[in-house]
Amino acid sequence: MSLLPKALLLVAAFGLAACNNPDRFGAGAGGAGGAGGAGGINGGFVDTTGLGDPNDPRSIAHFNQRIGDRVLFPVDQHTLTDEGRQILTGQAQWLNTNPSYAVIIEGHADEQGTREYNLSLGARRAASVQNYLISQGVAPGRMRTVSYGKERPIEVCSSEACYAKNRRAVTVLSIGAGS
Amino acid sequence: MTVNRFLIPAFAAALLGAFGLIAAAQAQTGPLRIEITEGVIEPLPFAVPDFVDEGGAGEYARNVARVIASDLSGTGLFREIPREAHISRVTSFDSSIAFEDWKAINAQAVITGAVTVSGDRIVVKFRLFDVFSGQQLGEGLQFAGTTQSWRRMAHKVADAAYSRITGEGGYFDTRVVFVSESGPKNNRLKRLAVMDYDGANVQYLTDSSSIVLAPRFSPTGDRILYTSYESGFPRITLMDVGSLRTQALAEQPGTMTFAPRFSPDGSRVVFSLERGGNSDLYMLDIGSGGLQQLTNAPSIETAPSFSPDGSQIVFESDRSGTQQLYIMPAGGGEGRRISGGQGRYGTPVWSPRGDMIAFTKQHQGRFHIGVMRTDGSEERLLTASFLDEGPTWAPNGRVIMFTRETSGAGGQAALYSVDISGRNLRQIPTEGAASDPAWSPLLP
Repeated sequence: MSLLPKALLLVAAFGLAACNNPDRFGAGAGGAGGAGGAGGINGGFVDTTGLGDPNDPRSIAHFNQRIGDRVLFPVDQHTLTDEGRQILTGQAQWLNTNPSYAVIIEGHADEQGTREYNLSLGARRAASVQNYLISQGVAPGRMRTVSYGKERPIEVCSSEACYAKNRRAVTVLSIGAGS
Repeated sequence: MTVNRFLIPAFAAALLGAFGLIAAAQAQTGPLRIEITEGVIEPLPFAVPDFVDEGGAGEYARNVARVIASDLSGTGLFREIPREAHISRVTSFDSSIAFEDWKAINAQAVITGAVTVSGDRIVVKFRLFDVFSGQQLGEGLQFAGTTQSWRRMAHKVADAAYSRITGEGGYFDTRVVFVSESGPKNNRLKRLAVMDYDGANVQYLTDSSSIVLAPRFSPTGDRILYTSYESGFPRITLMDVGSLRTQALAEQPGTMTFAPRFSPDGSRVVFSLERGGNSDLYMLDIGSGGLQQLTNAPSIETAPSFSPDGSQIVFESDRSGTQQLYIMPAGGGEGRRISGGQGRYGTPVWSPRGDMIAFTKQHQGRFHIGVMRTDGSEERLLTASFLDEGPTWAPNGRVIMFTRETSGAGGQAALYSVDISGRNLRQIPTEGAASDPAWSPLLP
């Protein structure tokens, strides 16, 4: 699986996630881990969408890389940091000028915690992001949340350097579900 | 099984003392028993000669005896006297036992048996003997089934022997449903699997196309509840073990559902439902689809588990500011906090005997599996590691299986068991990494 180009893998992963969902997930946040289990065996649905040039302010790449697709949280917290609010303000502006996109907000936790509690904690983090985006004028109907708890770390070491990056909420853009 | 006339009142009295669950072999003067005391562990020496081949048994005669020996030795309460040391040979199931020969090698219990195989049918019979009293312990029993289930026949013999000697129910003829893991830590693939309690006979129930978490057996072992990301969102899912048919339960748009467990009668599911970032406990009637909200608080309420009589639910909540354990009536209502020590408490599971709660505890950067009484008293930590979590009870309430995960980039999960005295910690052999075990009831 590591031989596959990463972008393709992510696209495939989000395509899989879309099977039972009215939303369509064209492209994902870099390294967000993907929904539903990348590399599954029933890869029937693959939507391909260009990420675009980060210099193009309307591109997904711009959203992911320049604005920032994720916010980080302190240990066992779900309240937004000042830096987090700044990023989300940028996300909201982008979403308000690009109304054809919907988002899935993924909440994640680090591995210090029980599985069930971390699912709940990830959900709280995703909801914090959603509520802030709503407060910035993004229509609630464009957003859904999902928690992965500690199931999808992006960093694999067992120290704070990694944990800090894993305690995150990632705003994943999807196309064509702005209803 | 047979009522054991050797089980004396002292044994029951010791049970009331409960937590010092340490087995000590009796001195050689008394009847055969393992007594639960606060004493030092001295496993009871036993012998299981190869079973007698009464027709077509071939390798089964020996293999059945080996599985019985492995079951009993694996408890830490028994110690096998190796076959090389045996003086007597058992060549006929009905011939008398040379007690002096077994006494000479200090075997206190001897299990003899015979196996017959014809076509795909296997019949296993056994007798248990108390060497020092020179008597049979309980009546002989016979088990029959398909050759495919030959290990179950052995487990049933071991369950009977264990039960007659300890006075406790057995737990060897059981299955464990768990999550089989593969792939790197940042892209774990997970699939449901089921195995014998000792790691044999693994069968996979799902592919790894979507994340699956925390499966639970129904009280009769014919259905499994788990959390699946098949829809892209966590959903509690019911699987029929026979047909592998699955059904998403309690579908509420815009919510996430997880941490399901059956009620003791198997008709209802208690679980967590998350809406707008807040997790509360709900009850679903599987037949009618009726949904009842049990808690209504801005805090995290999750990991519910019924008392065996179905009247109460233990769960975890961070309403006090940190994860703690609470008990409430099964119909919902105010929770009574039971955990009182330092640290965070999660994943409570009510013991099948009703007397204890097993839990995961986090304290000072370590994880523990522990047990406490249902009023929170007599907390006892059984394990300690980088990450232990998710206890599940053996049906006799004497052994706990759980997930232990190692740290770092190459960290992997494995299944371990430990008895409720904190002794006999063992890794369950699995092909690859494994997590989230849940024990079945004793099989019929």
